[in-house]
Amino acid sequence: MSELIAKTNIGQQAAGMVDTEHGRVRKELYSDPEIFEEEMDLVFNNNWIYIGHESEVPEAGSFKTAFVGRHPVIMSRDRKMNIHVLQNRCRHRGATVCEGRKGKTKAFTCPYHGWGYGLDGSLRALPKPEEYDGVFDKKDMPLESLRWESYQGMVFATFNKDIQPLEDFLGGAKKWIDLFMKQGGGYPLKVLGEHRFNFPGNWKIQLENTTDAYHFPIVHKSFVTSLDDATADIFDFLDGEGFVEDLGNGHSVMVMIPQLIDLEADLDQPIPERFNELAQALRDEGKTEDEVKKLVRAAHGTGFNLNLFPNVSCSMAFFRVLRPVSVDETEIQHVALGGEGAPAAFNQKRMRLHEHFQGPMGFGTPDDGEAWERVQKGSMAGTDGWILVNRGMTRLRTSEDGNPQGAVCSETGMRGAYYQYKKAMSTPSAVKSEEK
Amino acid sequence: MKSNTQLLAQVTEFIGYEADLLDHKGYQEWLTLWEEKGLYIVPTDLHETDYLGTLNLALDDAAMRRMRVARLENGESVSADSVGYTVRMMSRVRVLEATPELVTVRCAMTLNELRHGKLVTYPGNVEYQLVPAEDGFTIQQKVVKLLHAEGFLRTVSFIF
Ligand code: FES
Ligand SMILES: [Fe+2]
Repeated sequence: MSELIAKTNIGQQAAGMVDTEHGRVRKELYSDPEIFEEEMDLVFNNNWIYIGHESEVPEAGSFKTAFVGRHPVIMSRDRKMNIHVLQNRCRHRGATVCEGRKGKTKAFTCPYHGWGYGLDGSLRALPKPEEYDGVFDKKDMPLESLRWESYQGMVFATFNKDIQPLEDFLGGAKKWIDLFMKQGGGYPLKVLGEHRFNFPGNWKIQLENTTDAYHFPIVHKSFVTSLDDATADIFDFLDGEGFVEDLGNGHSVMVMIPQLIDLEADLDQPIPERFNELAQALRDEGKTEDEVKKLVRAAHGTGFNLNLFPNVSCSMAFFRVLRPVSVDETEIQHVALGGEGAPAAFNQKRMRLHEHFQGPMGFGTPDDGEAWERVQKGSMAGTDGWILVNRGMTRLRTSEDGNPQGAVCSETGMRGAYYQYKKAMSTPSAVKSEEK
Repeated sequence: MKSNTQLLAQVTEFIGYEADLLDHKGYQEWLTLWEEKGLYIVPTDLHETDYLGTLNLALDDAAMRRMRVARLENGESVSADSVGYTVRMMSRVRVLEATPELVTVRCAMTLNELRHGKLVTYPGNVEYQLVPAEDGFTIQQKVVKLLHAEGFLRTVSFIF
């Protein structure tokens, strides 16, 4: 019991480290291992966590592995095309039953003693079952499943059975997810591949970054220099009409390029020169001029980053998924997107654009990684100190949807995420109490 | 096994020369080693051979190679400026196929990077397609198959 009280206190202490009045957080939130342990429960066990896109399990028998916080899970599709999210832990003595990023299988067979599970997690067969006569019934021993829900193909799972429906949690972010999905160019959005990398720093450093336009011209100067002038102009957005809007529940949108909010609007604009080759390839495939314009415009990706608390972002043209490994290590996936059934030239262009900036060898990510690593290191200095997220907090306006909105380079989105973090860390765990 | 020791020696010398340029950041000279249509590829999927049709960590044509080098050299990239040195070992060189027009070679690479005082190691297989030239070779294709390409890498601000 005393242990329970102490644990609650850590959550409360962490919540107390978010100073909403002044827009700042204690630097220990990046480096205290006890707070990290508590986050794994209060933030990652108790909330909706993004685990993948439905297109990653396209057929009956497809699976992909993922994590909910630190829990390894499997997302599978059974023969009736239903999706399941299962804990990757054999019910016998705990071995993982599925390895690898993704694949196709008829069943999950445990390597240790050969228990065999169906794609829906049910225990189908085990060697020498007679020794379990009167001990347990097979039907009571499926792989444990998680509650999951999806929106626009984005699958979220949770250990919290009492959590609000996903769509309620997404709330004001749904409109932006809908806009994001238009970049399939008229085809359903599909995962084309992913980049994976890690950095020695706390997960919240990455959470902040997707809604940080302020760093772009500094950290990504070498990327902008590598672009042609017309494209470089597009990325010169700090003085433009962009904004950051707090969408509630920790979600926010950072609009950098307002002309690229709705990819199905303004389709009569001329095709930018750098897309001439793509346009010609699409014409050669027999696409009409209208289709060509739509696809070329979609190939850009959108002009905004939508940050969804706590672990995924719809970031211009890709999904950014974070996974906390330890208090000072975080893994990140940059998931490349294209159109299901879209012309090869379109999907290839999207992959080449992704390779240019994203991933561990892109022209952008290594510089982000360097900055984040330095944040983790620098935040160790001193016995006391704050991380500031108060930029633009006195210059807010109300958006047309009634949300707080600030300049594109304000820290409005970070504050929104930290408010939600504070709420999560001060709410008792629904998962733990259920275990008792 | 029939061996052409002279070709093997030439190829090994060329690979050592390229490696030395990259470790010592002789990027401008490195750019001159390439065929104009050559591709520098670091795949994410080690079983994939359709590089254009899949996502790679890097797939550089001549323009992207020039931009990659410019980024590393122009002093604007905070990560490139903080990379210390790399030391790579190229060995186990084997000629897989040789015609007068094209030599296909596979070798082992271990690249070590000192990064913020920590040693990071990248083992991998490297496959070259080399075009014989008067004084050596030019590179038609270089595919760097990192052992942990499918896992989580540290960010890279040098050239494999
Ligand atoms: S641990 Fe899986 S069958 Fe024994
Ligand atoms: Fe960045």
